[in-house]
Amino acid sequence: MENTTKDYTHIKGWGIDADPENEPTYPMKKYTGDDHNRLNWIRPVQQRADVEILHSNERPNLSAVFGTPQPPSGISGSIRRFAFKYSEGSYGHWLPLILADKINVIEGIIDDVKHGHIPNFFAEKGLKSEWKYNRKAFVQKAFIGALITTAVVALVMKKKK
Amino acid sequence: MNYRGPRRIRVSQKPHPELLHPNDAIVRVTRSCICGSDLHLYHGLVPDTRVGTTFGHEFIGVVEEIGPTVQNIKVGDNVLVPFNIACGTCAFCKQELYGNCHESNPEATAVGGIFGYSHTAGGYDGGQAEYVRVPYADVGPTVIPADMDPDDAVLLTDVAPTGYQAAEMGGIKKGDTVVVFGAGPVGIMAAKCSWLFGAARVIIIDHIEYRLEFARKYAQCEAYNFRSLEDPVVFLKRTTGWFGADVCIDAVGADAAGSALQTITGKKLMLQAGAATALHWAINSVKKGGIVSIVGVYGPTGNLIPIGNVVNKGITIRANQASVKRLLPRLIEHVKSGVLNPKGIITHRVPLEEVAEAYHIFSSKLDNCIKPILIPPSARV
Ligand SMILES: [Zn+2]
Ligand SMILES: [Zn+2]
Repeated sequence: MENTTKDYTHIKGWGIDADPENEPTYPMKKYTGDDHNRLNWIRPVQQRADVEILHSNERPNLSAVFGTPQPPSGISGSIRRFAFKYSEGSYGHWLPLILADKINVIEGIIDDVKHGHIPNFFAEKGLKSEWKYNRKAFVQKAFIGALITTAVVALVMKKKK
Repeated sequence: MNYRGPRRIRVSQKPHPELLHPNDAIVRVTRSCICGSDLHLYHGLVPDTRVGTTFGHEFIGVVEEIGPTVQNIKVGDNVLVPFNIACGTCAFCKQELYGNCHESNPEATAVGGIFGYSHTAGGYDGGQAEYVRVPYADVGPTVIPADMDPDDAVLLTDVAPTGYQAAEMGGIKKGDTVVVFGAGPVGIMAAKCSWLFGAARVIIIDHIEYRLEFARKYAQCEAYNFRSLEDPVVFLKRTTGWFGADVCIDAVGADAAGSALQTITGKKLMLQAGAATALHWAINSVKKGGIVSIVGVYGPTGNLIPIGNVVNKGITIRANQASVKRLLPRLIEHVKSGVLNPKGIITHRVPLEEVAEAYHIFSSKLDNCIKPILIPPSARV
């Protein structure tokens, strides 16, 4: 170990919060000892659930407040409902949610188009800044993209003949 | 800000948020940040991130409207809003574990509610917007001291407290050697705060040169690029007299680089809850009986962790989302007295309308970006 007889005066506030009692045991330190009373606390007022809110099967009810945007809908929504049959740590919960996210992205594009909005991928991916700060990589990617497209088109044309 | 899918976001008009609970407030945002942990969402690594969500858990603003039971803040107050949504009365809040509130997130019991952090964290819209609904307005929101720079205030909503708590959870003693993995905003702040607990040596490990350079200057610590080290664990052992560091801090989380196996299983195939490379290094380079403190964000399921080494080395692991509200009084003091200068890590100020570009710059680490903040049109006068 390095010798620690050093000068720390250049570091503002050095050792200001040093505390020999600072064991890495914070939650236990503040443990109130009345966990047996934990069910007696007065719950906050319950928020009304006007939209469908999925809740973990590791709790009996909704929390007193929750977010309401993007309630489950469509195919992704059905998959999410299914996922919530499984507990939080299980793959049965996690993998369907990831699948639902992927389907949800496609639903988002369909929904956009339905509303007459064609997603602008260039803008959504923030590629203006790629062009500005990382031009070499940008040009490379575009070039490779063009090559692949050309190759695919050539192959398809060839097959058609 | 409107999430459309991995690496795709745009700006769109959403309905003005409404009071849905008697203790809600509506806040007009004046500053918000993009956080490193937002990138996990942006990259599609956090399950149940629904299309249409607004991200943003680091924001400050002006109280526009309050529910009938709100007493601690009033309309017109300038408030900083901790990223955790906490009821203040449940068994966990009573223990000051505000990051673990039991009454703010119906969808999971492990983590409490967080603004704009997927439905896994309660399904709340976040602060990368003009207006945001703030539940439990009597608990989290804290009036910003009149003489405090708003840029400092916004960094007190997450980055500074998380970095501070990372150091605190490390149980750092005077004279300790602390290694921080990740030179992002939180890692840099953790390195900086390690000195306050009396560290004698603070080392930061990352793979992006400009971030290391920034860390050297801002946090006055040693900084090493793991790409130029043959094996970071062996290096850290060697430089600590072959014992290992007293305290290791994982400030990276699920998006770690540096191990092909972890990247493929954690980020590409998603068979584990993100790549746990930083945590591996932390566990393997801490001394026997040392302490590993984790503030990097991981998903809810399993990771490939060298638990055998944890047992054999007798390591204490401490981890949590920061309980911002608990730490605020001390941190406000530190900012006021000049011991901490959170705004010093801000490198980019971007109009909210250009949020897609801001995400791309931050995510791709372009233009030497350390910390971008977003400014809504109404706050630009
Ligand atoms: Zn954050
Ligand atoms: Zn609570």
